[in-house]
Amino acid sequence: MAITKQNLRALNGDEAVAYAVKQSDVDVVAAYPITPQTIIVERFSEYVHNGEVNTEFVCTESEHSALSMSLAASATGARVFTASASAGLALMHEILYVTSGCRAPVVMAIANRALSAPINIHCDHSDSMVERDAGWIQIYVENSQEAYDSTLQAFRIAEHSDLLLPTMVMLDAFFLSHTLESVNILADETVRKFVGTRKIPLIRGHGGKLVPFKLDPENPITMGPLDLHDYYFEHKRQQEEAMQRASGIIKEIHDEYARISGRKYGNGLIEPYRLEDAEIATVCLGSTAGTTKTVVDQLRSKGIKAGLLRLRTYRPYPVEDIINALENVKAIAVMDRSHSFGAQGGPVFHEIRHVLYDASIHPPVVNYIYGLGGRDMPQSLIHEIYKDLQKILETKRVEKPVQFIGVRE
Amino acid sequence: MASKWKFTIKDFAKKPETFMSGHRACAGCGPAIAYRQVLKAARGPIIATNATGCMEVVSTIYPYTAWGIPWIHTAFENVAANASGIETALKALKKKGQLKYDHVDVIAFAGDGGTYDIGIQALSGAAERGHDFLYVLYDNEAYMNTGIQRSGGTPHGAWTTTSPAGRVIPGKVEYKKPIADIMVAHDIPYVATASIAYWLDLVRKARRGLEAEGPAFLHALAPCPRGWRYDTSKTVEIARSAVETCVFPLWEAVDGEYALSAPSKVIALKPERKKPVKEYLKVQGRFRHLFTPEFEHVIDEIQQIIDKRWKRLLKRCGMT
Repeated sequence: MAITKQNLRALNGDEAVAYAVKQSDVDVVAAYPITPQTIIVERFSEYVHNGEVNTEFVCTESEHSALSMSLAASATGARVFTASASAGLALMHEILYVTSGCRAPVVMAIANRALSAPINIHCDHSDSMVERDAGWIQIYVENSQEAYDSTLQAFRIAEHSDLLLPTMVMLDAFFLSHTLESVNILADETVRKFVGTRKIPLIRGHGGKLVPFKLDPENPITMGPLDLHDYYFEHKRQQEEAMQRASGIIKEIHDEYARISGRKYGNGLIEPYRLEDAEIATVCLGSTAGTTKTVVDQLRSKGIKAGLLRLRTYRPYPVEDIINALENVKAIAVMDRSHSFGAQGGPVFHEIRHVLYDASIHPPVVNYIYGLGGRDMPQSLIHEIYKDLQKILETKRVEKPVQFIGVRE
Repeated sequence: MASKWKFTIKDFAKKPETFMSGHRACAGCGPAIAYRQVLKAARGPIIATNATGCMEVVSTIYPYTAWGIPWIHTAFENVAANASGIETALKALKKKGQLKYDHVDVIAFAGDGGTYDIGIQALSGAAERGHDFLYVLYDNEAYMNTGIQRSGGTPHGAWTTTSPAGRVIPGKVEYKKPIADIMVAHDIPYVATASIAYWLDLVRKARRGLEAEGPAFLHALAPCPRGWRYDTSKTVEIARSAVETCVFPLWEAVDGEYALSAPSKVIALKPERKKPVKEYLKVQGRFRHLFTPEFEHVIDEIQQIIDKRWKRLLKRCGMT
């Protein structure tokens, strides 16, 4: 399929997500407002009240109920979207596991915001990082265009009959959620064709009969039963197997989308930037990658072989792709926008070091905790990180494996 | 909202069971009786959702199920949100012509813990939003699934494992939360109390709850032999005694207008028929410690609160 005609609009990240949901023929949206996700639900309310969508929109009394409603609506066969952030996502924690365990393909946008206390409304990744084990696919986007594109892809990914895995799309609070950008919008009919309608796969129901996997009076099934030591473990392994299948499916859907939109984000799982011959590289998620790309260009213009690896999907974790991308780099700095207290480094750092254990070489890997509570990450600080990496190359020594950057001493 | 629906014991027997035999409820389980009775009120296709609790546990254990209707359990405190989600999805699918049924009834089942305590926020939210579903509270007056801990529905003076009959404090200090009144205050179309001992009354009320357009709340008293400490053969007798002593009067509120149901109306008209609460308490081991010289004043306290609430109910029903 050829690249289709698109419409350039000025949208912030939240609006880009809301627009994608508007075009995706969603049956049910249930949500609760929390800064900085609010614009998503506000814009969507306008679409509902102006008759621009055919969606049932429900403002719940809490995030816990928003996800509980979403899960049950999805189990009834509806295409469902919700959105949250920070404390709201934390309140959903219990139901995140229930949603993935029930294999309900809910799509959720998260405007990444710091967790309390102290209370703070600005960006970091603490809220979604703690949910990385909840059985949801996690996609971290770099800009509002990618927020739009990824939301459309998320419905295809989550509802794929080989997956049925709920999917989160993460956009950085304020840096993306509230910042106006030029966003290319596909035509409604192009989106309809790409996203399609939700197809319910058949499963073996009572007595071995093939029935649709949803709450249907004609073909009653029991969902969410008590499941003890004799079967629980197998069901959990099935979730892991679906996650393993997800990498390939995310790539396929990403490539199919690239053919109609002309936009690619690496291979859909990781986005290497000037990494081919890089000697030093950073690894990061989200909007920081945009700033880092500029820094990489500046360093390259001075002849310094710098590169960047942006992780787009954090779950499933693209192990092979990361090894291939980083294998020839001589010193690596991982930037974490969240911290695991007492663990000697942030979660991304731990997982990058973990995959490199299986690589043919073992370059030094250091960690920078940055930008907590929305602290800015300017080019100057990123330059400092690359300088540290150059020093490691020269001295062959790592002085501080983990440090906080951009923080008062 | 007078239901034209007629129902006899013959109909009851003929109607297929959708909460089926083979479940693992205890002998004499009050909630299991309540479930059968509620489902006999079905008027068409139903989707049910259940809070975590005894009845979720006894009716399912993978790969077995006692459910002949589509059923989902997700967590403890969110059954009203689940019902909201099912109802909303049905509405959305119907609007798009993707629902093969003209109407599907939605029922949420929860115990007292999942209603009075941890689930009240989701319940209040769903009631405020006006989702069309029937919420059935099966009240066995404690967290029986986890081993008889006190809830907001446990009555004053009752022994539980977290309100033990101690040497200083004799059972639960606090009083039972008037949950059905709280639901009436939400200005929803239908609220009723019922006891499994009065099966026809309960089934009719479940039907009226299903017929109501909007949220309906059915508070069903369902004794638990393990938690209340009585012989398994006495479940129905005790459920009847609760009504005869006005510990658990039967009433319904249609659009906020209270009216006594027949078994309690008889007592209102002939007050001499009102039995002392002692009769209800003495057959249950959970109140045994009150029948001592040291703590018998608690029985008086219970009688007083029951009398006060009965008087208030009569006033609400225009019977004073």
